[in-house]
Formats: sequence, C-alpha cells, structure tokens
Amino acid sequence: MKRVELIDVSKSYDKQVDVISNINVTIEPGEFFVLVGPSGCGKSTMLRMIAGLEEITGGTLKIGEKVANNLSPDKRDLSMVFQNYALYPHLSVQQNITFGLDVKKMKKEEQRKKANEVAEMLGLTEYLDRKPRELSGGQRQRVALARAIVSETPICLMDEPLSNLDAKLRAHMRSEIRRIQRSLGITMIYVTHDQVEAMTMGDRIMILHEGKIQQIGKPIDIYNYPANPFVATFIGSPPMNLAKAEFNPSTSELVIADELRLPVPIDEIGKLPRTSMTVGVRPENLYPITPETKAEDVFHVEVTNVEILGNETVFSFKLGGEEWMAKWSGQWHIDIGDRMPVRMEFESLSIFDEQSGELIKGTIDYGKYVKQQKVSP
Amino acid sequence: MKMGLASKIWIYFLLIATSAFVFFPVLYAFMISFMTGPEIIQGKFFPESISFENYSKVFSRLPLLSYLLNSFIVSVSVMLGQLVVCSLAAYAFVFFKFKGRDFIFFLFISTMMIPWEATMIPNVFTIRKLDWFNTYQGLTLPFFALAFGTFLLRQHFLTIPKELHEASQIAGLSRFRFFWRVVLPISKTSLVTLGAYGFLTTWNMYLWPLLITTNQSVRTVQIGLKQLQSQEIATEWGVVMAGVIVVIIPTLLLLFLGQKQLQKGLSQGALK
Amino acid sequence: MTRIGRVWRKSVDGRTAALYLLPSIILFSVFVFYPMFRTIYLSFFLTDQTGNAAIMVGFENFVYLLGSSEFQNSMKATGLFVLYTVPITIILALFFALLANEKLKGIGFFRTMYSSTMGISVAASSVIWLFMFNPSIGMFNRLLGVLNLPQIQWLLDPEWALLSVSISTIWMNIGFSFLILLGGLQNIDEHLYESSRIDGAGYFYRLRRITLPMLSPTLFFIITISLINAFQTFGQIDILTKGGPSQSTNLIVYSIYREAFINYQFGTASAQAVILFLIILIVTILQFKLGERKVHYQ
Repeated sequence: MKRVELIDVSKSYDKQVDVISNINVTIEPGEFFVLVGPSGCGKSTMLRMIAGLEEITGGTLKIGEKVANNLSPDKRDLSMVFQNYALYPHLSVQQNITFGLDVKKMKKEEQRKKANEVAEMLGLTEYLDRKPRELSGGQRQRVALARAIVSETPICLMDEPLSNLDAKLRAHMRSEIRRIQRSLGITMIYVTHDQVEAMTMGDRIMILHEGKIQQIGKPIDIYNYPANPFVATFIGSPPMNLAKAEFNPSTSELVIADELRLPVPIDEIGKLPRTSMTVGVRPENLYPITPETKAEDVFHVEVTNVEILGNETVFSFKLGGEEWMAKWSGQWHIDIGDRMPVRMEFESLSIFDEQSGELIKGTIDYGKYVKQQKVSP
Repeated sequence: MKMGLASKIWIYFLLIATSAFVFFPVLYAFMISFMTGPEIIQGKFFPESISFENYSKVFSRLPLLSYLLNSFIVSVSVMLGQLVVCSLAAYAFVFFKFKGRDFIFFLFISTMMIPWEATMIPNVFTIRKLDWFNTYQGLTLPFFALAFGTFLLRQHFLTIPKELHEASQIAGLSRFRFFWRVVLPISKTSLVTLGAYGFLTTWNMYLWPLLITTNQSVRTVQIGLKQLQSQEIATEWGVVMAGVIVVIIPTLLLLFLGQKQLQKGLSQGALK
Repeated sequence: MTRIGRVWRKSVDGRTAALYLLPSIILFSVFVFYPMFRTIYLSFFLTDQTGNAAIMVGFENFVYLLGSSEFQNSMKATGLFVLYTVPITIILALFFALLANEKLKGIGFFRTMYSSTMGISVAASSVIWLFMFNPSIGMFNRLLGVLNLPQIQWLLDPEWALLSVSISTIWMNIGFSFLILLGGLQNIDEHLYESSRIDGAGYFYRLRRITLPMLSPTLFFIITISLINAFQTFGQIDILTKGGPSQSTNLIVYSIYREAFINYQFGTASAQAVILFLIILIVTILQFKLGERKVHYQ
C-alpha cells in the first residue's frame, strides 16, 4: 500500500494558462480519497496525470517514495477503472479480467486461478465465458472492477465508475466498492462529480474548482466548515442558502439581505467584521417554530415552491433575490403562496468574508452522541 | 412498415422484372457456355443438353489454370498487402499525436484525386527500370498503398474508445501489441470489407496487367479473356463464354457471400 | 533532464508514427507522386522510344493536342460518354436501391442480383456484351428481327458505337452504385419515416422530403466516384471497339494508351494525361463546391 504525493503539481496545454495549478496533497496509504468538483474542474485531468496518461507540466508526483513524473503508466504500480469501463469487446470476461496478467506473462494456470477468485468475490463466476456486450451495465462495471482488483496493485484509480449505472445500483455499488477497498487495504483515488458519492465513500475528499483546490478534509468537516461559499453550495443537497449580510452595531443585529434581523450573541460580536459579509445557512437549519421560540428569532416568508418527499418537506422562498430552501423533517401541508413562520439560529450560520470568501465562523457541531453522555434533543 | 397487398405485389413484380433484366447477360453467357456452335447460331436460349465440352476446350486452348492461379496469387497478395499497409497507416493517424499529422493525412487523401491512368506512363518505366516486367511484384506492389483503404480503416479505428488505449497502457501493452492484440481484432469487420474490396478490384484489374505482362508467366485471367476473345471470335462463342464463366465465378461467389458486409463497410468508409 | 533529451522524448510519438506510415509514404511517393510530376515534366518534351525526355518543347504538345481534330474528337467522345453513362447509371441504381430497401421476404436474393455486376470484371462483361452486340448472332439484332425492325451494326456503326459501349458500361457500373446507395438508404434513421407516417405523408412525399435529402451525402459521393470512373474507362473500349469505328469511341484513357504504348509518343501522351488529371481535379473541386451547399449531412 503506497502513498501518493503531489507537490506543486500543475498542468497547462501548449504553454498556455494552467488548467490545474498548485496542487499539494498527500494521499495516505490505504486511504479512500475522493476528488470531487463540477465538470471541467480538472479532476479527471489530475487523475490521468497520476495515472501517467497526461503529462505533468509542473511540480512533482511521488508514488511511494519515488518521483514518478516520467514513469510510463505501467511502471506506476496502479490500476484504473474508467467511466465507460474500457472492456475489450473481442475478449471474454475471463480474458478481460486477466488481460493485464497476460501482458505481464503470468502462467495461464495462475491467471485462471486468480480470475476465478476475483470473479467469485464479485459474483461474476457464471459470466466468465461471455463477451462484454452480452452483459448488463452493472455486470460490465463489475468486470472493470475485477480487472483492477486482480492486478493486485497497491493503488487504484477510478474515474466516475458509477455514473453510467441507475440510481439503485449506484447506491449498492458505492458500499460494495468501499467494502472491497477496505478489505484489500488499497489506496484509492476516486473521481466523481456527485457530492453524495464523495460524502458517503471518502475518508477524505478534495474539492476542486477551476483547477484549484478549494478544500481538503473529512466529509463531515467539509460539510460543517466549508472553506468558502463555493464549497458550501457544492456539498449538501439542497445546497446551503447564501445571502449578503451586514452587522448593525447599534442594535447588535445581523441584517441579512436587508430583510432579516438576527440578534448576535454578545460574545460573538467581536468576531464579526464591520464590513459586509456573506452568510449561509443549511436548509435543515431553518426550523419550524415551537411555542418556546422567541419572537425575535422568527421571520415570515412567502412560499414559492413545495416538494413533499414523504419523510421530509422542502419548500422554497425568495430572499434578497436568491431562492432559499428550507428542509423540514416529516410531512408538512404547505401550499404555494402561504406565509410561513421560520426560525433561524445564529449558531447555525456560516459566515464568509465577502471579499476573500474565507470562512469566518462555521456552524456548531450538531452531531448527536449515543454512547457518551451528551445527547441533544 | 405495414404494406397493402396490392403494393406488395406491385413491388415484387418490379423486383423480379428489373433484377431479371440486370442478371440476364450473366445467365445468357452461362447458357451459351453449354451450347454447341449450331445451337448458338440458331439463337436458342436453353441448351439442348448440358455438355461440358466447351469447358474442357477452353482449358486446353489456353493455360487457363495457370492464369487462374496467377490471378489468385496477385489478388491475395494485393489484398494482404493493402491490409497491412493501410492498417498500419490508419493506426498511426488515429492513435498517435504528432506534428504534421493533418498535412500527411491530406496528402494521402489527395492521392484519391490523381487518376491512376494519368500516372501509368512513368509507372511502366519504373517497372521496366526495376526489371519487374512479368513478375508478381510488378503486378502487385504499386497497389499496396491505398488512400481509400486507409480512410476506411481510420474511420473504424476512430470509433474505438480512447480509454481502451489507456487501459492497455496501464496494463503495460506496447504500441505495436495494442495494435495487434486489440485494434485489429476489434476492427475485423472493416478488415474483411477492405480485404474483399481489394481482392475483387485486383481480380478484375485489366489495364495494368495488360501493360506489365508480355508473356504467359504471370498473366492474369482478364488478359486471358482478351486473348481468348481475339483468337476465337468468329467461331466458337461457346468456348469463349465457358472462359467467361470460369473467370467470374470466384468473384461472384465472393460477392454473394460478402454482399451485406461490403455494402455496409463501403458506405461507411465513403461517408462518415 | 536536458532540453534536447526532452524534445527527443516528446517527439517519440512522431518518430514511431513515421515507422507505421513509412510503407504508405514510400509507395505513394514512388507510384503516385513521382509519376505525377514525371508526367507533367514529360508533357513539355518530345521523347525517344524509351520514354526519355529528348527535346524541350514547352507547351507545344498541348498546343498541338488542342489543335488536333483527333484529340478534339476524343474529348468530345469522352464528354458524350460521361453524359450517357453517369446520370442513367445513378438513376437506375437509385431505383433498384429503393426497391431493394423495402422490407420483404426474399429481399436478400434481389439485393444480390442487383449487386452482381460488381463481381463481374470489365473484361468478362465486355466479352458477354460483345456477343450480344454481334450483328448476326447477337440477341439485340435477333430481337430487332423479331420485331421486324431494321438491323443495327451496334459496334461497327460510328453512329451507334459510343451508345453501345455506354449501354454496356451502365450495366457494368450498376452493381457498385447500387451497393453504395443501398448502404446509404439503410443508414437513414427509421424514426424519420415513422414520424412522417404519423403526419400522414405519402410515399412520394416521403421520397422527396426525407429519403433524397437524407441520402444526399451518399448521392454526392457516388456521383463524384461515377464521374471519375467514367473518365477513366478503358477495358470495355479495348475489347469492344479498340477506339473505333473511325475513332468514335476513342475515349481519353484509350487515347493515352494508344499514344504511349502503340505509337510511342510519350510526350503527347503525357500531355493528354495531364489534361485528364486537370479534368478530374476540376470535377472533384466543382463537386465539392456544389456539394457543400446542397448536401445535408446528418
């Protein structure tokens, strides 16, 4: 199991502007590391640079302890799963799985043994003699996985491997890939544009935008403490609601989008900038009111859209020209046009510097503990 | 598509009438090849009895068997030569990135605009200088490189996902082994199309063998037919037609077997 | 790493590619590009018996050709031949292809019949037609006899010879054109027809508004190829008429062949070859210029 280290890595085409710049990250041995970002952010390019399919135009890539910038792909000790699976259409499933072993001139007998083992692990045993075109999408995906596993390389790269599957199968494969990665202990670098995959699979995730690292961290930390408004809206569904805000020192209130006024606790006042800022609040942190709710925490909004999902209800309203969403658990009978009372807490706000976008104040930890004493309501 | 009975009958009628019209000359030649001289002069369509006399005559008058063998050797050589040369070039155009690729591709395509007949005079001199008159290489080598074939294969290679190439790189497959073990097997259908096309056109080639063969050593069947026709013209049409039937059978068979494939492959190469 | 090393490593693709392209490039150079330039070069010379350039005469070969009634005649014959064969071949082939594109039982058999002439060599076809055109025992004159019409000296009458050669050529070329057009028809998306049926369009309306426009790239291709092929006709002339009678079928390639390999006038033969090349160049360029505007690509 190997470490992968990127030091100041950048990429440009024809000596033009960098499409990727200043990538510094160390991916630990055995880690499940997810690269996530919107399409065109450079995540696939980065993965392909690690694989050796794209030239690295600046910086250093280390695989294990070795500088790997100029190593050919097969010398990097890694396997890769492609979005379209890249199965050889003229070879059987078995031959597809053992293709890499055959290239490395492993004995036929041993090849067969390994192929059988892996096929069993992935439930492909009865399909070994079929051609890829005779398989379903999910089965092809497993063959691609099997090919990566059978190579026994310490590093595995995956480029959006689940995006061609339907939603149900995708959810299943998420946990299956995670399980296999844990049991084999391989270092996994996984590219996706789907933030749910990133959140549920990664030990750590890196969010890329326009070729630059936005944030690296554990999924839950990124969720709670997004480094900037981009990350805040990219991670989480529905995305975090954002609005411009200013602090009014005379009333000790935060004025959000010139409409809402939220009292600021005295010990927090010092931390707020005197200039304008961007505040964000997650949809689940806009609460329904209860009899105990203090009047100053309540504001009224006009509902513009409602989605009832069975176990939760999401409704939208306009604030400062932006569409905001609130997510309440359970089923709520709300109609478009209703004026709804909504409660907001200062604690749950994320506050960003308006100029630099940096996070000034994150939300509090809403995690509930089961075994420790701290059980919140 | 649902079709009324009346229009169905009408279409069948047109199909039968027109295809009979198209195939008639071949059928006619086939019938003549079994007829005796008097029968031909009487102008019959069906021979009175099936006699293979004309066939045995044509093989005795002409070294037809050796012509057939020559044609076969020449056609297979050109076919294989084209497959090798064109697939190598097409592979380079699709799976390599290099400076001047577009320019070289343009050069290749431009050869399609140079009619072969416009260059035949210096080509004959070249063959003479190489002392390749009456040799197989003289008959075959000039046709190994084929812009159309390169283009046809390139179109097919372009449909191979680039990820397949990348997966092979990660597996440690060399460029040539990727070509040999992956690209060629995947492109079997296009290779068959080009092969059939190459065989067919070479088997039917007329002008070049006429210029390059001055004796019987490597002469092909097409020139044999000309020979036969000029020898026998006034007298024995039955023998001439027997020769014709012998010559067209291999290519007709090939066409009947590969019609579907050829039609798909050629229209693909032509258009996409 | 040194700069040179870097450049060397970066150009590895180019160097390996050159290896793969080398056979084609050598063959094209020796058998296409060199002879093309050599032909142009020779067209400015008078040559000796072995085809070496002897006396430089500038454009005199061309001037001589354009003034010679023989060459004018050859050009006229070639032009007429193209006019007779190309449109009819394509119209017939298109008609057959439309018929053979219907989904009916046994359609494969008919497709094979229509395409059969592609498998028959020019030499073999010419011999068959030579027999059919035979004035005394050929079937055409027998047919005329049955219908009580006057006999025709098909290949021997200067009025009829070119037409006769054209008829046989149309037959020879139908197979290939049919195959290409059928391929084009089968590439047309079935949904287009379904949606037009929902709109209630009739057969000829569909033909005019869907089939022909969608087929236009294929038509464009086959017209270009047919034109070029027609200019290159040789085999049937050599067997059927040898350019006669009174040079009425002396098409340009046959004229080049005779000038070069029977009369050993390589200079004027080359000049004719250059003219052939120019004609084909112009035809292709014109085709592409027109095609760009008229053709609907999918």
